[in-house]
Amino acid sequence: MIALENISLLLSGIPVLRDVSLRIPPGQTLGLVGESGSGKSMTALSVMRLLPDGAKLSGRVLLEGRPLTDLTERKMCAVRGGQIGMIFQEPMTALNPVQTIGDQVAETLLVHGAARRSEAREIAKERLARVGLAPERFPLDRYPHELSGGQRQRVCIALAIALRPKLLIADEPTTALDVTTQAQILELLRELVREEGMSCLFITHDLAVVAEMADEIAVMKAGAVVEQGPTGALLREMRHPYTRALFDASRHCPDRAPIVQDAPLLEVENALRDYPLKRQGLFGRREYFRAVDGVSFELRRGESLGLVGESGCGKSTLTRAILGLEPLQRGAIRLDGEAVSPAMPADLRRRMQVVFQDPYGSFNPRHKVSKLLAEPFHLTGRPADMEARVAEALENVGLQATDADKFPHEFSGGQRQRIAIARALIARPELIVLDEAVSALDVSVRAQVLDLLADLQARFGLSYLFIAHDLSVVRSVTDRVLVMRGGQIVEAGETEAVFTAPAAVYTRELLAAAPVLPTA
Amino acid sequence: MRLPVQLVLGTVLFGLFLAAALLSLVWTPFDVTELDIAHKLAAPSAAHWLGTDHLGRDMTAMLMAGARTSIAVALLAVGIGITLGVPLGLAAAARRGSLLDEIIMRGNDLIFAFPSLVIAILITAVFGPSAINAILAIGIFNIPVFARVSRGAALTIWPREFILAARVAGKHSARISAEHILPNIANLLVVQGTIQFSMGILAEAGLSYVGLGAQPPTPSWGRMLADAQTFFYAYPRLAILPGLAIVLTVLGLNLMGDGLRDLLDPRLRRTVR
Amino acid sequence: MVRYAATRLISLGLSLMAASLVIFAVVEVIPGDPAAFMLGMNASEETVAALRDELGLTGSLPARYLGWVTGMLGGDFGTSYTYRVPVSELIAARLWVSLPLALYALALSTLLALPIGMLAAARRGRATDYGIMGLTQLGIAVPNFWFAMLLVVLFAITWPIFPAGGFPGWENGAWPALKALTLPAVALALPQASILARVMRSALIETLGQDYIRTARAKGLTEGQAIRNHGMRNAMIPVLTIVGLQFSFLLAGAIIIEKVFFLPGLGLLIFQGITQRDLVVVESVVMLLVFAVILVTFLVDLAYALVDPRLRHTR
Repeated sequence: MIALENISLLLSGIPVLRDVSLRIPPGQTLGLVGESGSGKSMTALSVMRLLPDGAKLSGRVLLEGRPLTDLTERKMCAVRGGQIGMIFQEPMTALNPVQTIGDQVAETLLVHGAARRSEAREIAKERLARVGLAPERFPLDRYPHELSGGQRQRVCIALAIALRPKLLIADEPTTALDVTTQAQILELLRELVREEGMSCLFITHDLAVVAEMADEIAVMKAGAVVEQGPTGALLREMRHPYTRALFDASRHCPDRAPIVQDAPLLEVENALRDYPLKRQGLFGRREYFRAVDGVSFELRRGESLGLVGESGCGKSTLTRAILGLEPLQRGAIRLDGEAVSPAMPADLRRRMQVVFQDPYGSFNPRHKVSKLLAEPFHLTGRPADMEARVAEALENVGLQATDADKFPHEFSGGQRQRIAIARALIARPELIVLDEAVSALDVSVRAQVLDLLADLQARFGLSYLFIAHDLSVVRSVTDRVLVMRGGQIVEAGETEAVFTAPAAVYTRELLAAAPVLPTA
Repeated sequence: MRLPVQLVLGTVLFGLFLAAALLSLVWTPFDVTELDIAHKLAAPSAAHWLGTDHLGRDMTAMLMAGARTSIAVALLAVGIGITLGVPLGLAAAARRGSLLDEIIMRGNDLIFAFPSLVIAILITAVFGPSAINAILAIGIFNIPVFARVSRGAALTIWPREFILAARVAGKHSARISAEHILPNIANLLVVQGTIQFSMGILAEAGLSYVGLGAQPPTPSWGRMLADAQTFFYAYPRLAILPGLAIVLTVLGLNLMGDGLRDLLDPRLRRTVR
Repeated sequence: MVRYAATRLISLGLSLMAASLVIFAVVEVIPGDPAAFMLGMNASEETVAALRDELGLTGSLPARYLGWVTGMLGGDFGTSYTYRVPVSELIAARLWVSLPLALYALALSTLLALPIGMLAAARRGRATDYGIMGLTQLGIAVPNFWFAMLLVVLFAITWPIFPAGGFPGWENGAWPALKALTLPAVALALPQASILARVMRSALIETLGQDYIRTARAKGLTEGQAIRNHGMRNAMIPVLTIVGLQFSFLLAGAIIIEKVFFLPGLGLLIFQGITQRDLVVVESVVMLLVFAVILVTFLVDLAYALVDPRLRHTR
């Protein structure tokens, strides 16, 4: 049993946590949800006492009745890894790249003096097997870079549970993973918690994931727990308005009344794209990776077309080819009948714009908004009324004309994504490619941006190619959907039809793996 | 915004020597080419503030003129490194993995195999010693330094989404390099520039010391040290003063570099020494 | 691993070939007629012709280049015009001064710098760190030949512990020879150690911010254990790069330092070669220096693979 009693935290004098109290009985999972900056991770690090310099912690953490908050650092080291295990969000960087996985799991045992070296390796082998890395396929002397993200997260779990801790903290453990991998890792965690009788503190921003995982949910906002209760009851009642707002935003479905014409705007015909791999040795033969393998589809004027698939399926490569940034080896892409290629004329380029995922990386940090928005005018030549056009674009996305004089860092993530949309709009395109455009946003901001996109589509008769890995969002904003895997389109059809009656095996797997929010 | 202490200290130190060098263009207390054997090895006095050397030349004037040589050589060498190295690095990054990239990087490796002293030896063996040799030798060695730093930094910028956005806006890689990449790696280049500047001063001193740099009668700190070696025990002043001048100038530049790095971007650690 | 080593070996060969072409072009092609260049303006036609014959300058350029390279591969660097002995003999004698000096300095610099850099990283932001950083900042700014002059005054004249210059040769025992090389090695090592200590410190601090250090702390390692078990090996990657680069600086520095201490090394040989316009000597010694730098780069590349499994496994 782990209990947090009135935990408060100051970071350099700024309050980050306020009176957080939680209890997790053995064998139970507590889901801690909230948007970014709500203090979820800081709660976990407070339990671990792995806080940044200048942190001031008050309140008590009790593990089996033993207060952890006033242990010395040395005694706390014995608790970490021994009685509390923790896994983090980024499996790609969480493991030491120059040490074998066996050594990294065995280290947990060795550092706590729980086993001698040879025994530790035996136990490591057994624990790795327990998390699904059988010794025949994953011997102890493998290095992290030889494993996939999901496999690395399994190694992280193995080293966190090597000493059968009483509490396992999982901080967004599946956020960086694909849905099918996520489903497997979540299943593994559920089994482990049950079998080992651990308490589990499960931190996530994803309400659907927490609804599947947790016995009890605590909702955090601005450093405080606003509502807490058993999963079923909490989801039914949603007594706190913030909880309700959060769930509504997650399920948000913008009002759309698409007017789809029959004429195709974008045609992709048998597209094929190979990537050269790194040359083997100095004179080695170059080998190629087929990223896009014979893809054909049409996007009609006024339509929203979804493109879903897991990482490495080829959707980014396809996107770059559609945008005319990279050539195809075979096949053709046409926009309104004209050929798309890296050499296409500026006016054709103008008719197709893009919004990217990362609201922080989308802008040159040294340029003002006015200059950033005007970049597409490179394609048309500067109009005489450029300032008015910039102001109009900003107002179209719900910002103010005066924002043109600011730098991108003066805006929030959601506002930046609006600026990115304004930049896409300014040259008056017909097609906008939305490349994971809402994936990095918190749910409430995401809902607003989706509304904005629906509104702009209606006002300007835009067509959208909506590329995403989040199936529920794709379902709520697209008319038709394409499912991509291994460079090919495995299924295409009306969105509702695909989601309710998937034809391809892979689509069924994908839908089965995706966690769903229970309908209230 | 608070200026880093190192930046202030470094700028003051280096500024002092830069001012002395600039002043020496129009005025020195004595003519440095004028020998005055009668007053050789004189102790500091009201006439000769820092005394005279073994040929009776005024030490203050020699140090001022020496600063001019050192700073000019190092500055020109950094100039060569930046004007040739940065475009090469940017071009290599823009065509990452291409034949051009390969050629530029292998060329860099090749130059790295020739330390600037070796380049100076080769040039001197064929063309004879001069200050131009020193500039060329140090400058050539600076090219791969700047090419590598700018390529490495540019490679971290290229995958950013604002570069993709610029490509969608139809801009070509040369334009993107100038408009988006260069401003975002300029901080790094400024910091690396000060480091190469300070290394250039040290290298110039070394080359002049062994006779591969500036030739008499052009005064230079390294040359002064070579001349002073025989008199060191009896007249330590002759070697201590130019040595201190080198140490303080280089220290000033290095402190400036560190301070600039803290000021421009505290996370910036990608500089090559 | 074998594949990686083979690739590096091929690139070592290509680098050597490119470097030898550059040296050949600068020394034998740019001056026009090397024989006339070596003899100066007042030489008669006949002496120039005789020297041309002696140096084997009669053939075509490609033939001469091939002759030079194949000669060197067999240990034949030609005959010195001024000394009238094979250059290989001249080099061999002097290599026994320069190489031990560079290695001595490299050892001193590394042994000094790594612990100091680790200490500064462990005490980052505290007085010890600021003290070390200040001293290394000064160490970088000191020209090694000037520091050498100070060392001579202090430890050879004021307190005569070490010889002020000259070299007794290894045949009179290792101790006197090492003693003669100590002050030069210290002078060479100081600036390099300062740079290396700073690199070690920042590399360690850099790794301390990595996710795998956080994982290690969550496993129950103390900060010290996390640095030792996980930070150190990762930090060695940038440190190795600098150690490799430093060798070329040490070699070049050794040439200058030899002048301060009147050590009969490659530096003295090459300066005599320059003043006497003995192009055969200059060409050979430069090639040797460049060979040493390229060889060290190759060794550092191999060391990378030992430290970093990601390189070993490139298929």
